[in-house]
Formats: sequence, structure tokens, C-alpha cells
Amino acid sequence: MSQYAIEMIDVDKWFADFQALKRINLTVAPGERVVVCGPSGSGKSTVVRCINQLEQHQSGTIRVNGVDVGSEAGATAAVRAEVGMVFQQFNLFPHLSVMQNLTLGPMKARGLSRADAEERARKYLDRVRIPEQADKRPGQLSGGQQQRVAIARSLCMEPKVLLFDEPTSALDPEMISEVLDVMVELAEEGMTMVVVTHEMGFARKVADKMVFMDDGEIVEHGPPQQFFEAPKSRRCQKFLSQILQH
Amino acid sequence: MIRIAVLFSMLVLVTGCSSSATWGWYVINPMTPQGWVNVRFLINGMGNTILISVIAAVISICLGLVVALPALAERRWLRIINRIYVEFVRSIPLLPMLFWVFYGLPIIFKSMGLNIPIEPFWGAIITLAISDSAFTAEIFRGGIQSIARGQTEAAQTVGLNYFQTMRYVIMPQAIRRILPPLANQFIYIVKMSAFASVIGMQELTRRANELVVTEYRPLEIYSLLIVEYLVLVLIISAGVRWLERRMGSDERGR
Repeated sequence: MSQYAIEMIDVDKWFADFQALKRINLTVAPGERVVVCGPSGSGKSTVVRCINQLEQHQSGTIRVNGVDVGSEAGATAAVRAEVGMVFQQFNLFPHLSVMQNLTLGPMKARGLSRADAEERARKYLDRVRIPEQADKRPGQLSGGQQQRVAIARSLCMEPKVLLFDEPTSALDPEMISEVLDVMVELAEEGMTMVVVTHEMGFARKVADKMVFMDDGEIVEHGPPQQFFEAPKSRRCQKFLSQILQH
Repeated sequence: MIRIAVLFSMLVLVTGCSSSATWGWYVINPMTPQGWVNVRFLINGMGNTILISVIAAVISICLGLVVALPALAERRWLRIINRIYVEFVRSIPLLPMLFWVFYGLPIIFKSMGLNIPIEPFWGAIITLAISDSAFTAEIFRGGIQSIARGQTEAAQTVGLNYFQTMRYVIMPQAIRRILPPLANQFIYIVKMSAFASVIGMQELTRRANELVVTEYRPLEIYSLLIVEYLVLVLIISAGVRWLERRMGSDERGR
């Protein structure tokens, strides 16, 4: 058993001729909160998408709870069972009710009974503070509510790790905080999280480790205090000054 | 009811067209005994036209789905298999294919030591279904590809496998977009089923041909034949619109 929840060793990823990830090395300990930031196109989304194998890397090793994700046919399914994912565009199932969105995975993939799955769904809808929306369709909810449903949907699989791929980037400004509040709570409860975001206030509050990426590389990483007060690289200084101006 | 409908469509044509020398509606005048016998003879082909079309459409839809899925695969050779099937089947005209199935296929069966006769009924269904499946496959492919990739990814992250993802997430959404072109395709099958007449299938067109031979009144009989197809297609269109309305309201969820 590995001591790390996630371990990426010398990971390379190409999209045809374009190298999206260059020798990525990253470890996440159980219970650790890692925030990944960087300019767009820097490869930060690709990092989280490689962890649960929505993208396949070409070389290097990725282990989740000690299981090598690319090693064999069953490994990807085993890893996905323990890793939840929250997308920028929510990706809720529009033809199903909120309740059905939450129970589909537990019932079909985990074999829970409908009653158990619904009980679990209610628990997590409570947790993201929208228990009253269970019977609505995603299209009837605001963006912030939809993203909270998406978080609840991931939690229903009771994952050991939660990945967030720019969870607030598609939201109207007034809805960002309701989603971040839920994420802060999850962090406080000890969930292992990897969060790609530009929300630096959130990062300061919850991150144990900051990772700055540019051009497919991890340029800088470290504890948030040092990262925000005294960034070492030019590129990181420039990026922080750009997004912290406002 | 049928008598009145036929009479009405005759009236429309008669008032719209020329002299009594051209037209001899008595041959299918439902108000005379012989005319009514003739009309019933023609309309009785309706059952077979509907039966052939429905069975062929069901087979075509199943086959089309099976053919479409490899087109969505990551592996190149699976996509190539799909392409070969679609391009090959799509390029064969219906009539030659019907002849090949009806007259040619039994010879192949016989050479393999199998004694499987191809009756007109199944010959027509097999031909229509295979010929149509190339088009339904393309319709399925388009419909499934139009569902955003994020839906598949979300389904995978909640642990669904390929078939569960298709069954519970992709197809329920795709079917709403697939239905209108699929209905179009069904109307096409109904019309193409007329070709079954040339291998002796007793459907609408065959009946009309047979009556023309005995009555020598092609203009009136084929006019009624056209009206029969028109009625059939209008009924299908109405049914599809009803289905679309039902599913449309479902998507908006209100």
C-alpha cells in the first residue's frame, strides 16, 4: 500500500504532435488539498483528467492508492471507483431528475438498492444544501445549484479522492461562493482534493500545497504561504500579479 | 367510411380533370357491386404493405444500431468495418438487391446443402431491412455523436461501463434527436415496399397491377393506389408528431 493517494511520476502526455504534459511529478497524500493553477492551456486540466484516465498518458506512471492506472484492463475501472470528478460544465444528465442523477451510479455501478441509493442521495443533497430540489431536472436549476448537484453526485460514489476541474469557471459571479462554501466544508472534513481553479481566495483558505503550471510543466510548487508571499519563478510572479490585481 | 373516402378522392380528381372519355371511375366506384369488390381487393393489400414495412423497420433499427456502434469506437479497424458496411450496402439499388436475395440467395443456400426457400414475404423484408440499415446506422451515429462528450465522461466517473453509459445516459438523450430522421426513413420503407410486388408479394402495388390486367383501367386504379400510400404516410406522420411532442415535453422537464 502506497503512502500516497495520488502519485504521478515522470508523466508525459501528447495530443498528436503537441506535448500537453512534460515530465509531471506530483504526489498527493491522503487528506491533502492540492490547488493547481496556471494560465489557460498550461496543462492543468490535463493533469486531473489523466488521474482518472479520461485522458491516457503516453509515458510515466500514475498511481491512485497504490494502483497503477494504466497497468491493466481492470485498473482504470478500479481507480475511477475511488476518484470522483467535478467538471467545469457540470455535465449533469439533463434527461434525469436530480435524484436520478445521484442514484444512477450507486445503483448501476455499485449495485445498491433504490432505497439505499436514495437515502444516500438525500444525505449528500443535504450536505450541499439543496435537499428540496431532488425532483427537479438539472435544466430548472441555477448554475450554482447544478454544480452543487454535480458535487453531490460525485460524493454519492463515496470516493477517496475528489478532482475538481475549474468548478466555478462557468458560473455567474454571484453563484461562485455557494459552490466554494461547499468545497471548503469538504476540505474541512478531510476529503483528499485536487482542485484546478483561479479562485485564489479559496486556495489560500484550504490548500496544503499550491502547484503552478505553465506550458505543460510544473514550474513551482509549495505551501500556500510561501507560494503567495514569495513566488520564486518569474512566470509564477507574473501570473499571480495578473490574477491578484483585481 | 372507406366507401365515402374513395368516392371523395374520386370526385376531387374528376372535377379537376377533363372529359368522361378519359376517366372510367366505374371500375372502382364503391357504390356499384363490382366496383366495391375491386376496391376491397385493392385495399386488402394494405395489411401486407404495413406488415412488411413494420418488420423490416424493426430489423433495420436493430441492425442499424449494431452497425453504428463500431463507428463510435476509438479503434480504427472497428470504424473501418462500419464504413465498409455503410458504403457497400448504401450503394446497392433496392431492385437489384431484391432480385439477388430472391433469385440468387437460394442458389447459395442450395450449394451449401441447405434447403431454405426464400418466400416473397421474407425476401422483401430481408432486402428492405438490410438496404435501410445503412441509413439507420448513419442516423444513429449522427445522433449519438451529437451528445456532448462530457456526458460520457460524467457517466464514466460515476462508474458506469460502456453499455450502461449507452443505455442510461447517451441513448435516452440521442433518441429524441434520432426520432425525426428515423420516422422519415420509415416512410421511405413503406414506399419502397412497393418493389416487393415484382417478386409476387401481394401488397398494395401488386394488387393494383393485377387489377389493371383484368380491368384495363390503369389511370383510375393507379390513382387510387397513390391515394392509399398518401393515407398511410399521413397516418405515420401524425403518429410521429404525437411521439415527438410527448418526448419534447419530457426533455424540458416542465
